[in-house]
Amino acid sequence: MRIPCPLCGLRDRREFYYYGSDDYLHRPGEGAAPEAWDAYLHLRDNPAGVTRDLWYHETGCTSWLVVTRNTVTHEILGAELVAGEGQGKPAPKGRRKAS
Amino acid sequence: MRYSGLKVFTEGLFGNKGWTPAWRDPQPKAEYDVIIIGGGGHGLSTAYYLAKNHGITNVAVLEKGYLGSGNIGRNTTIVRANYFLQGNSEFYSHSLKLWEGLESELNYNVMHSQRGLINLFHSDGQRDAFARRGNMMLSQGDDAILLDREGVREHLPYLDFEQTRFPIYGGLYHPRGGSARHDAVAWGYARGADRRGVDLIQNCEVTGIDIENGVVKGVQTTRGAIRAKKVGIVVAGRSGQVAAMAGMRLPIESHILQAFVSEGLKPVIDHVISFGMGHFYISQSDKGGLVFGGDLDFYASYAARGNLPMVEHVMEAGMTLMPMIGRAKVLRSWGGIMDMSPDGSPIIDKTHVDGLFIDCGWNYGGFKAVPASGWCMAHLMATGQPHEVARRFRLDRFATGHLLDEEGTGSQHNLH
Repeated sequence: MRIPCPLCGLRDRREFYYYGSDDYLHRPGEGAAPEAWDAYLHLRDNPAGVTRDLWYHETGCTSWLVVTRNTVTHEILGAELVAGEGQGKPAPKGRRKAS
Repeated sequence: MRYSGLKVFTEGLFGNKGWTPAWRDPQPKAEYDVIIIGGGGHGLSTAYYLAKNHGITNVAVLEKGYLGSGNIGRNTTIVRANYFLQGNSEFYSHSLKLWEGLESELNYNVMHSQRGLINLFHSDGQRDAFARRGNMMLSQGDDAILLDREGVREHLPYLDFEQTRFPIYGGLYHPRGGSARHDAVAWGYARGADRRGVDLIQNCEVTGIDIENGVVKGVQTTRGAIRAKKVGIVVAGRSGQVAAMAGMRLPIESHILQAFVSEGLKPVIDHVISFGMGHFYISQSDKGGLVFGGDLDFYASYAARGNLPMVEHVMEAGMTLMPMIGRAKVLRSWGGIMDMSPDGSPIIDKTHVDGLFIDCGWNYGGFKAVPASGWCMAHLMATGQPHEVARRFRLDRFATGHLLDEEGTGSQHNLH
């Protein structure tokens, strides 16, 4: 299985750490009900078919990716940066990232 | 028909013409008292104990394929009761006791072999943890013996004790642990349930669950609608899809666990050996094949096959532990679909729908649990109360924080 990292290209699955469903991107807000936290942390659609889940490119560019793939065929349909547009690209001239 | 040695002998004399099918192939009736969705080990044992322990025989087991076509027919067949946490330990202890009487109970040879299980340890800290686990097993009434390196060498002289990465310090020996013939467990329970009047209906996929005003009324299937007063979902590997028919989202993520079998060899490994640090375990089947496996592939999947990195990892771990197996040829491999729960422990509970029950989340440890899971699920469905040894297998424990995290790694899907 290879994952098309938007920054590094097609890379071996062993470079990535699997985290879980993209439910993790929808963190409940402050003061959310306990049920919302339970759903966020534990409850899953767990589809047999197309799913979106989070992978960390641990031994590559260290980006977090949302990978769209098929859980029945292991086909990888795409991957995008969690951080979205602009992240992972060279900083614009005249600006340096803090830290 | 009762099976016996005499029967085998006399059938042999007369051309084996007297054998009859081990169970009927009935048409589904319009209504049952209880429907069990799933004709695997857990579903069949649930049906068996509903009939045997509770006298509920108007029961149908609905199976979308053939009986035993899921994980009960594809696993590494290890039977043990070496759990640490209260909540788990009494359950698996109960299960092992049922295993010990299973063959006479079912009049069926499940080839249960208590050849002993040894969990290896490789550091002082791990020795302490295993001593503590062994004490918990003893206090549960089960058996555990802490072996030092020489003690392990007496049992397993062929291990590489001096390997530099994980030198072997000793092992926790569980003499009553062992293995069994996986298919035979399904067949034995199927035959036992059938003989008590349970209808085993194969090639019958459930496509919907009928619920009216919060009460279950029956199921829709590929062979028509069937009404029922109570329905049990016992479909580990597909729990999410079936529970979704009742509007439920489960604390389950499905993962792949690969396992391997070598060509048949002469008897060489006469225990079950678990090498946790290397993610490897192995035993030898009665046919001679080395049966071994490792860890999950660690991504959600229903593919029923794994990827090569874990194949390589398992082979490397095996060679680290026992270089003697390097010349054996791998005959086949497969990937089972595991219901992974966040804390690594199962669920046997009611649901938010009256009359609808669920037994799921067996992670990679469902085989040894087959007798007790059926026992406890049948108790729950018959009486409405959880069985004493399964009372902590609650569906809501993730919301309430009453976790059963045997590994102590945290309540998160990708950690078990």
